[in-house]
Amino acid sequence: MTESTTTQTTTSSGRTLRTEEMIINMGPQHPATHGVLRLELVVDGEIVQEVIPHIGYLHRCFEKHCEHMTNYQQVIPYVDRMDYCAAMNNEFAYVVAAERLLKIEVPERVQYIRVIMAELNRIASHLIAVGTYGIDIGAFTPFLYCFIDREMILDLFEMTCGARLLYNYMWIGGLSHDLPPEFIPKAKEFCRYYKKRIEEFNNLLTFNEIFVKRTASVGVLPKDVATNYGCTGPMLRGSGVDWDLRRDDPYSVYNKIEWDVCVGKGEVGTVGDCWDRHIVRMREMEQSLRIIEQAIAQLPEGNVQAAIPKRIRPNPGEVYARTESPRGELGFYIVSDGTATPYRVKGRAPAFSNLSVIGEISRGAMIADMIAIAGSTDIVLGEVDR
Amino acid sequence: MTSQEIFDRLIAQFGAVSDAGIVSKLDAPVDPSITVAPAHLKAIAFFLRDDEELQFEHCSCLSGVDLKGKFAIIYQLASLTKKHKITIRVEVPAENPSLPSVESVWKTTNWHEREAFDMFGIVFTGHPDLRRILMPYDWEGHPLRKDYQVPEFYNGMRVPY
Repeated sequence: MTESTTTQTTTSSGRTLRTEEMIINMGPQHPATHGVLRLELVVDGEIVQEVIPHIGYLHRCFEKHCEHMTNYQQVIPYVDRMDYCAAMNNEFAYVVAAERLLKIEVPERVQYIRVIMAELNRIASHLIAVGTYGIDIGAFTPFLYCFIDREMILDLFEMTCGARLLYNYMWIGGLSHDLPPEFIPKAKEFCRYYKKRIEEFNNLLTFNEIFVKRTASVGVLPKDVATNYGCTGPMLRGSGVDWDLRRDDPYSVYNKIEWDVCVGKGEVGTVGDCWDRHIVRMREMEQSLRIIEQAIAQLPEGNVQAAIPKRIRPNPGEVYARTESPRGELGFYIVSDGTATPYRVKGRAPAFSNLSVIGEISRGAMIADMIAIAGSTDIVLGEVDR
Repeated sequence: MTSQEIFDRLIAQFGAVSDAGIVSKLDAPVDPSITVAPAHLKAIAFFLRDDEELQFEHCSCLSGVDLKGKFAIIYQLASLTKKHKITIRVEVPAENPSLPSVESVWKTTNWHEREAFDMFGIVFTGHPDLRRILMPYDWEGHPLRKDYQVPEFYNGMRVPY
């Protein structure tokens, strides 16, 4: 790393040149920031000295809106719009929190369908993450492969609840619709098909030499920094921390299903580099397929609505429920004052904390590597800004 | 460790400090919490993180709540090694909402404290960079306060509401 003071250089012809730091704005309209994010880069030549993220461009007053709802169910469509790449997982987190506050048990069938949907959405979300990451690095083709496969998942969602992106599918105490009869065979077919595609995709992108050269040992996030900055999900597991809320603080029926938690091992570079975060996402998709297959096999018959009153009034109290969304720990902190309107809802968005570490891991990197680092954090600004 | 054991461990360490104000609310309807006095928050936070048996190295979430007359700041802590969690609660009066920052304990609270400052006007003393985070830098007022009035104008432009 170079010194960050103004220095003077002399050319071979004897002329004196001044070199100094300068500020470069990356964003808010930059294709590699995956949304509207402004990174203020302090650079010395090509070397990044400091990164100051400016967020809030997509702030839609989610928390303020929640305090003005007439009931708890109305929050769900807003929750969808936090992380719009993984709306099912957001709904899941919110309904888990609300149901814990209300102390209601939902039918077993609902639990299994929720797990199937959440895992399908995890695959869809990771497909966007790895596809756009390829584009960031300069590989356009893998992105198209991702979108073909993601389309199949969106078709499954569409046949279930009619929506392709923002579902309003999981309700407090149940689901809006039961699965249509053609869902199960289609989902099984998708699992069979997609297993082969992961391998193909890995050959196309993950083990591509150019991709490895661009991501290995770049943006290394050490274990202790990751935990101290509150990084979760593939960011944390990429740094070699074996932590997954689906296993370590089980909710719903995850404790009845077997799968493995994938962690980064530094196979091509250093533990915690951009490639490790990428491979964790790739391997998680395989595990999600395992979860979906088991959940389909165990899926019981039954009702998809628990008996809950039309107008929900939880007893005064507060709850913090955390779930594992594709980006990490998605938690909802809900305070009830005994009325039908939530007194306070706070969304703990994983991308918010994951983004806050970017200044730490990109210090001393090249400007071109900033794109690789920002892409590997897989942020969704809808969730960061809420 | 259960919440009761965590509470006992805190009392063993800080029970002698007369104004540490450690009170547990373990019979809460849903989530048990431990309330501490703002003056001793930082020492308690360091203890929670560094103690061999507690090891709360992960701060999940920091939320502010306007309780009309006072503000509550809620810390959700978790230990990745010990796999236990706890809720720490601090209350500050509405006239002078200020408490020590725990940014030096958990870096993740840097942005969360900025958010609580932005939304509630809670001042975290010792925070290295207490700027607004979600609202524009020149915004007036703190939107998540219960008595917040939406301004009619922003930079001379009428705010449609």
